Formats: sequence, structure tokens, C-alpha cells
Amino acid sequence: MKAIRYREIDGNSLGYFALVGILGLIVAAGGLAALYMEHNGHWVTGMTNQVVWGMPHVFAVFLIVAASGALNVASISSVFNKKAYKPLAPLSAILAVCLLLGGLTVLVLDLGQPDRLVVAMTKYNFKSIFAWNMILYNGFIAIVAVYIWLMMERKMNVYSKYAGFAAFFWRLILTTGTGSIFGFIVARQAYDAAIMAPMFVIMSFAYGLAVFMLVMMASYKWSGRELGEGTIQRMKSLLGVFIGAVLYFLLAYHLTNLYGTENHGVEAFLLVDGGIYTKLFWYGTILIGCLAPLFLIFCRFTKNSNTAIVIACILVILGGLSQMYVIIIGGQAYPMEMFPGKIVESGFFDGGVKSYTPTLAETLLGLGGFALALIMVSLAVKVLRCLPVSMADKDVDPHYKAEAK
Amino acid sequence: MKQDTDMNRRRFLGQAAAAAGLAVAPGVMLYEVQARPAGEAATSKQRWGMLIDTTKCEVGCNDCVTACKTENGWGASETKSSTEQQAQWIRKVKLTDKQTGHVQSLPLMCQHCETPPCVDVCPTGASMKRADGIVLVDKHICIGCRYCMMACPYKARSFIHESLSGQKAHAPRGLGTVESCTLCVHRVDKDGTPACVESCNAKGHKAMYFGDLNDPNSEISKRLKEFGGQQIRADLGLNTGVRYQGL
Repeated sequence: MKAIRYREIDGNSLGYFALVGILGLIVAAGGLAALYMEHNGHWVTGMTNQVVWGMPHVFAVFLIVAASGALNVASISSVFNKKAYKPLAPLSAILAVCLLLGGLTVLVLDLGQPDRLVVAMTKYNFKSIFAWNMILYNGFIAIVAVYIWLMMERKMNVYSKYAGFAAFFWRLILTTGTGSIFGFIVARQAYDAAIMAPMFVIMSFAYGLAVFMLVMMASYKWSGRELGEGTIQRMKSLLGVFIGAVLYFLLAYHLTNLYGTENHGVEAFLLVDGGIYTKLFWYGTILIGCLAPLFLIFCRFTKNSNTAIVIACILVILGGLSQMYVIIIGGQAYPMEMFPGKIVESGFFDGGVKSYTPTLAETLLGLGGFALALIMVSLAVKVLRCLPVSMADKDVDPHYKAEAK
Repeated sequence: MKQDTDMNRRRFLGQAAAAAGLAVAPGVMLYEVQARPAGEAATSKQRWGMLIDTTKCEVGCNDCVTACKTENGWGASETKSSTEQQAQWIRKVKLTDKQTGHVQSLPLMCQHCETPPCVDVCPTGASMKRADGIVLVDKHICIGCRYCMMACPYKARSFIHESLSGQKAHAPRGLGTVESCTLCVHRVDKDGTPACVESCNAKGHKAMYFGDLNDPNSEISKRLKEFGGQQIRADLGLNTGVRYQGL
């Protein structure tokens, strides 16, 4: 492998300014939406005392999970010493930090008292996984920042491996923490499961890699640089494995629940008669998010097409958002089982399925977080030397042989 | 001389009586007002709790809810929030057995758990339990993340979705923070009884008992010892301060 040359993208084209402009507009819309919600209070949202976490959390949790997964490429190069992934490791680490910042921004702006962020940073209840997550998120940003510096500063390159190890373990703990936000909730039927933590780790692998591949392919295509087929093919196969693993974890989660009679109600709700949640699970998560991308990635008619791979990545992201909706909103919509064997009625909506309709403001806030992450990446590749000038197979992987088409 | 002696004796008796009075007075005062002085922390000597006899709780009666609203100033103050967004510190629940059709009625509010999930999950410690078992929210450090609402098995907590005005001094409530039944802590600290219990008694139903679960001679302890009491979601092992009979 030749020495890799990194250079900033020119970023002078109309296309680049259009991209940054559009992302900027979405960020601004998200910011205005947050201001609108904070100014009025949460009554202008679809969130209620029945469904307390809504669309902002769907986006925030997705982004935080994807952030950890975006580090895949860097981890594979540093921890597993796969040279073919090394050139793109800095971009992978930068994207990870940007996605995390995007997700955290959404989460913070949805707080009832976002101005009290300093309280959250100074008062810790160490039994709370939320408090641990604040440490994990901040720690992740710090560790990956050091990791990026070690990778980009040639003299310090030899140490980047150690930072890579630290970041790898930290991200596993981080996503375990995010999954445990739900796994530790004993009150609700859909949560309270140890599998939530590893399932979120596996989901992070898939969602993060999908986002990374899109960012990578767009960066190379739009900057006119060469991206070899070897890199794309290797990553899309890995994505296929991760999607398969997500399917496996979903299967294990639902099968385990289905075995116990006490969970038949919630399973019937999620899988059979839960309306929007059932549809999102089967069509969104399973069909669009898993089966369709698997087909595109492994079917011999599509697997060599970059367009098909781009579509597969987009579908994985849509499936991921859909799964987050099912877990976060669906898990709250199903009534809590306080009185087994009884029909429960009250003036506070006990007993029935809770309704939730996201408002435009909530959705804009979530999209704003996504756009914020992407605009930060767009600016990073313009000001930092994090993108190899060429990712052509002859430069990074001379032994790669394309499969016969 | 005799007069002097008498005067001395009188003075002595008077002074002795005054001294005795001074010595006894605090005891008398303590006996008369048992409330903790302001500034003194609650202790684990008490564990405040409630017992609800569902057989005496009338279907359709809402007096405990109304009393709580009046006492703590919730219920009418949220004008912009939808009914699903409005706060509810206590609610009446009607249960119908799916098998037998047997109907029961009971009030449901914060169960003041010994190991409250809301306290466990709160990142800042705003959600807290006093030494005497009362679970509260410190409105000064609640960041409004609503994780406690996700974690509460009784759906006992409410988030304030709009700006409020005219709150009661003893029941601070505010936009963007979470709140729930305080067991009328302001009354309990003055040796009083929660408003819901008082209203239930006033109606003559006597379905609610309030008292110290740690005191074996309190009425609540005696009743629990004699008749037993169930916890809602006892499977979670939270050792709730609110117990039910006839569930």
C-alpha cells in the first residue's frame, strides 16, 4: 500500500455551498422549532403525560447509537489492524463525534429546562444510567478527539492505536449505556430486558456504518476523488452481516417475550394489532430496514451497483429510525400492566393504548440534529486533512480483484 | 423575723415553681405540638404511609381527587395543555375483573416506594426520597428529562407542559419540571393528614388511613397487622408506602 495522502476538499463548488446551505436551513429550522417549543412549553408538542418521550428522542437516540457505529471503520483499522480501513479512519472518527453532538443537541433542546444543563453536568446520581451516559458521552467526545489528533498528527501516529483501543471499548460501553436506558426500566412491558444493551450495540454497528458509507460515497463522488470498488464492496458486505445480526437480536428479543404468557399482550400489540407500531415494525424495520437492504447487498444483480448500495444504506437508516419509533413510542403507548386480569378505567387514560401524534416542530428538531451532524462533517472535510486524496483500489488495496459480474 | 422567714419561704417557693415551670414547659410544649421544628431534617424514625380499603371506596366518588386539586392547586391551572398533557397527582381507577365482572374502585397516586425507580433513574438527584419515606421532586434541580416518568410503574408523575401562575406557596409547580403526590408533606410536617384522607373521612367513607408504618401502635400499622394489605405491582419488590386492602 502506498503512503496515503490526505488533503482538505476544495469546497468551492456551487454544489458544496448548496449542500451546506440546505443543511444550514434545516439546522435553522430545527433551532427555531426548539425555540418555539421552549418558549411555549411542551403543550405545543404531541408529547403528553402518557407518551412522555417523542419524536426528538427517536432522532436523538438514533443519532447517538449511529455515532458509536460510525466509529466502526476506525476501530477495525486500529483494533483489528485491517490496513484497508486505515485511510478512512479519521473520517470515521470525525463522523462519530459529529453524530453524537447532533444527537445530544436534540436531547438537550427537548429538556423541560434546557438552561439547567449545567445542573446535569454538576449534580450526579450515580445510580442513574442517564447520569452515567452524560459521562460516557462527554468521555467519548474527549477520547475520540484525542484519537483524531493522534491519527492526523504524523509524529504521533504510533500512539493512535492505543487511543483507538480506548475509543473502541468506550463506544461499546456507551451504546450499552444507551440500550440500558430502556433495558433498566422495570415498569414497562416492552423494556426491562438485558438484551436491549447488546441489541443497541449491534444496531449501532449497522446504522453507523450505513451513515458512514453514505458520507464516504458522497464525499468522494462530489469532490471528484476516486473511491475504489474494493472499499465499497468490503464495507457493504460488513453492513450485510450487521443487518443479519440486527435481525437475529430482534428475533431473540421477541421470541423470548413470546414464550412468557405475561408478555403476550405487549407482543400482540407490537407484532399483530398495534396499528402504526405494527406497521412500522414489519414494513419499516423488517422489510425496509433489513430484508430489502440485504437483498440489494447480496443479490447478484444489484450487489455491484453503487446506486443499489446507496439505496441499501438509506433503507437501513430509515429502518433504524422506524425501529427507534417502535421501541421508544410503541413501548410507551402500550398500557402498563398494573392490575393483571382486570379491565382498567380512569380519568388519566389508564388501561388503554396511548395515542401520540408528532408535531412538525418535534420532527424539525430531530431533523435539525441530523443536519447539524452532517453540516459539521461537511465543514470538517473542508478544513481538516481527513480525507485521502485517492481511495482507488490501486492505491489502497492493490490486491483487490473485482468479482466477475 | 417571722415575716422575713415567710417572705423568704414564699420567694423560695416562687422561684422553685418558676424553675420547675421552665424545666417542664418545653416538655409540655413538645407534647402539645409534635411537629418537627422548621429546619430540622426528617428522620427514618417514621415511615409515612397510607392504607386504602378498596371495599369502602365508592365507585364514582371523586372527593379525594378534588381535595388534592384544591389543596395543591392543580387541575384548573393548565389551560393550554390537552387532557393527556394535564397534571394528575391522584386519580380514581375503576377495575372490572375480566373473569367475574367484579368491580372495584381505588385512588391511585405516588406509592412512595422504599426503593423508588424514579429516584434510581433521575440523573441529577432531583427525584428524591426523604428519610421518612416521602418521595418528592426538587424543582430547583429537575431538568425536565422525564426519565422518572418512564420509570414509574404507577404512572404517578406529571410533566408541566405550560407556564403556570398563582401556585400555592406550599406546592411549587413550574413549566418544564415533573411533579407528583407529595403525601401533603406540608401538612405532615405540621402533624397533619393528607388532604385526600381528610376528605374521604369527611365524606364518611373512611377508605383511607394515613400514619406511621414504623409505629406499631398507629392505626395504620394495627390495621395492616390485623387485615394485611397488598402492594400494586408487588412483584417489583419496591416496598410501597401505600397499601391496599381488598384488591
